[in-house]
Amino acid sequence: MSDASTPLRRFWVEFRENRIAVVALIVVVLMILLALFASIVSPQNPYDLANLSLMDSRRPPGFVGSGGYTHILGTDPQGRDLLSAIFYGLRISIQIGLAAGFVSLTIGTTLGILAAYVGGRVEALIMRMVDLQLSFPAILLALVIVALLGQGKAQLIGALVAAQYAYFARTAYGAAKAERGKDYIEAALATPLSARLVVWRHMLPNCTPPLIVVATVQIANSISLEATLSFLGLGLPVTEPSLGMLISNGFPYMMSGRYWISVYPGVALIILIVAINIVGDQVRDQFNPRLRK
Amino acid sequence: MSGPVLSVTNLTTHFFTRAGVVKAVDGVSFDLAKGEIMGLVGESGSGKTVTGFSLLGLVDAPGRIVEGSVKLNGTELTTLSNTDLRDRRGREISMIFQDPIATLNPMLTIGQQMKLALDAHERLSTRAALARSAELLEQVGIPSAAARLRAYPHEFSGGMRQRVAIAIALLHRPAVIVADEPTTALDVSIQAQILYQMRDLAAETGTAMIWISHDLAVVSSLASKLAVMYAGRIVEQGPTATLLRDPRHPYTAGLIASLPAMAKPGTPLTQIPGTTPSLLSLPPGCPFAPRCTEATDRCSTDPQMTLDDDRGWRCFHPVGLPEGATA
Amino acid sequence: MLGFIIQRFMQAVVVMAVMSVIVFFGVYAIGNPIDIVIPPDATQDIREEAIRRLGLDRPLYEQYFIFITNLMQGDLGRSFVYNMPVLELIGGRLPATLELVLISVISATVLGVSLGIYAGYRPDSWISKTIMAVSVLGFSVPSFWVGLILILAFAVNLGWLPAGGRGETVEIWGVPWSFPTLDGLSHIVLPAVNLALFKLAMMIRLARAGTREIMLTDTIKFARAAGLSEATILRRHLLKLISIPIITVFGLELGSTLAFAVVTETIFSWPGVGKLIIDSIAVLDRPVMVAYLILVAFLFVTINFVIDLVFALIDPRVRHGASA
Repeated sequence: MSDASTPLRRFWVEFRENRIAVVALIVVVLMILLALFASIVSPQNPYDLANLSLMDSRRPPGFVGSGGYTHILGTDPQGRDLLSAIFYGLRISIQIGLAAGFVSLTIGTTLGILAAYVGGRVEALIMRMVDLQLSFPAILLALVIVALLGQGKAQLIGALVAAQYAYFARTAYGAAKAERGKDYIEAALATPLSARLVVWRHMLPNCTPPLIVVATVQIANSISLEATLSFLGLGLPVTEPSLGMLISNGFPYMMSGRYWISVYPGVALIILIVAINIVGDQVRDQFNPRLRK
Repeated sequence: MSGPVLSVTNLTTHFFTRAGVVKAVDGVSFDLAKGEIMGLVGESGSGKTVTGFSLLGLVDAPGRIVEGSVKLNGTELTTLSNTDLRDRRGREISMIFQDPIATLNPMLTIGQQMKLALDAHERLSTRAALARSAELLEQVGIPSAAARLRAYPHEFSGGMRQRVAIAIALLHRPAVIVADEPTTALDVSIQAQILYQMRDLAAETGTAMIWISHDLAVVSSLASKLAVMYAGRIVEQGPTATLLRDPRHPYTAGLIASLPAMAKPGTPLTQIPGTTPSLLSLPPGCPFAPRCTEATDRCSTDPQMTLDDDRGWRCFHPVGLPEGATA
Repeated sequence: MLGFIIQRFMQAVVVMAVMSVIVFFGVYAIGNPIDIVIPPDATQDIREEAIRRLGLDRPLYEQYFIFITNLMQGDLGRSFVYNMPVLELIGGRLPATLELVLISVISATVLGVSLGIYAGYRPDSWISKTIMAVSVLGFSVPSFWVGLILILAFAVNLGWLPAGGRGETVEIWGVPWSFPTLDGLSHIVLPAVNLALFKLAMMIRLARAGTREIMLTDTIKFARAAGLSEATILRRHLLKLISIPIITVFGLELGSTLAFAVVTETIFSWPGVGKLIIDSIAVLDRPVMVAYLILVAFLFVTINFVIDLVFALIDPRVRHGASA
């Protein structure tokens, strides 16, 4: 019955069947590449002040600027080429999203597995805290932390992590708790193997599928949350404009018809987030045993 | 009324899944007389539950009845419209399920659920509905019925809940009740109670019953005739006592031999070697052949049902008969 | 049931106490407490005088005690920027936020649950697939972006609706509300739609998942076997069974919606509490920030408490403290 394929390959075969998800995955990969190689792909380095000329500011798409090239998407109030700004902005958004996601994953998973493994008072304490946090909206929490700690990359990531680690903790806890009760763990613990080894080699791998699902969703959420904060002026400092800040810059100009300054970075943001969510949806459906007919 | 109350001929239900066609029920035929209790026995995956659902037209997608006929009181059910079929469900044929905690809605009172079942087929005043419901609860052995109508399912014990389900099934005095493993989820001590209750009820009301179970011992104390299913087909059927004493199909013999009651003390329990086949990839010929001690090359063709008076078996090498006496 | 209510109430009180401690000590530990009461540009003399006057040179637990007693009396400090008691400030802007949030939440729930049940009942129809695809968008697209597009489309390009601000108000029970007036309605439509979108998407997905799961249960099979019509099954069984997860999420999302109102109010210049907090953070009007946090914590706790009560009302198992 087994066709000698690894779980990964079987996963991929089923994933492949949903064409929308595959397209979404390609889009995500594409955007990551664009972000990585932003400096190479962009026609202009938007942060090199020497490149900018205020004469070029707020020009519509298709305008040929003083640099001699066409601004495919127009320029922003500082004269920056919007396309380049979007690529650099993508880089920042993805950076923040991944960083926040990774740190939340680590902290949350550690807490969750710890709670499930140790049990007793520690478990109750940790999970009470997690539950309280889960019912508190992420955006408020992030707002408060940024307000108290000031602006900056580290603070922002800290705020995002504080808002999101709870999801990972709860998921890891649930999965680990289910595993903890299983007999093979009891058996492993009865051997001279160190407890740490048991957790690492046995409990952790079984918690991985749901954690992957949460991770994809949370990375998209981080990106969205960061954009929202930046839009409100509470995100990254002006020197590192993420997509949210670009959108915010363009907001006052929307009324006078200069829509491109906000709209195009927004479109890029949407495509990124929606694509990640679609991939995440598909991953979740595939891991969910209850939906399998 | 002459003739069987339920007549099933060549019932075939297939599931059209992504992985292939699952032949859950593959040519099942039997008759049920008024007031008769028949046991439908088999391991999980044998198709017995799907057979039950097929009788009521409750097969979930991606499954459907592809062939065969189900005649209830002379009416063909498989060709009925949804409305007509629904009209008969609950009124002429009803079903009870394995786990009563799952079949009763925890957020409605017993009375409310019984009223819903009543209203589905009759127009009754609230008072009349309550009276009828209480009457039926008493009949299934629930004391202080009138007060209990206001209670919620979680206030009853498992055995009581199943009695409520039985009461609901009996509300319109159906001709047939299909019971899918009704005692499996209950304590052993309660099982016997429910068993006898149902037997008495069947006798009192003249309701015929199909008792689906994997437990041969439970069914044989109740049913007057048995049908043994394997891989979607009935491999043997006949009067209970005859079958138990003198089985023909090797599978039936294996089932009987593996009953704990049949084991000699101190010896290991007999088992049928192997496992039930996947219904997706059945081997050609007799599906039991891979596990059968009597199998020969002949068994790679499909055996038909051999009929002998009031019993039948699907086998080229039936046990209990001198060799050579097969069709 | 009474025991249940009391238990939940006590829990609520405990959570409020904990929250107040966290807020107080959080601000004290992270910020300079002086900054809470004094504008950052005060001179040294004024600072010292204030420190003495306000007892900030006293031990911490004493300060906390003062803080709580003030809180109980409704004194939440004075705003730097507006130079009025914070309570009054917030109170004046609360109705605007409340009406926005309530209208959004109610319409999102009613519409979302209906669409979701349909999508779950007939999952293969093209209508259902469209609903689900659109819900993904409502879910993942950041709400500030939707707000922008709404303004662009309906206010700038089509000119049908105003781009911001609150409309005319009418006083009911001494409080100004804007939805009873036509002008008020035209102003509330876009921000309400913006705010409702996320919740709508959530409700659709939740109702759909719940419906699919419930329709496969034995309860439904049994009801069908008894001959109940599909309409009756949907009305009497599905709706009741689905109400539990819906109400849970409704409660959780209510708080979340209150939070997102912050963004919507900023984009649409809606004069509510959300916009107040953003402005306050920008100018570091700390009394307002602290008060806002306390208020939000209080709202949260109250909402959770009310939801628990509602559960007790609709689920008989909770009422009887069932462990059966």
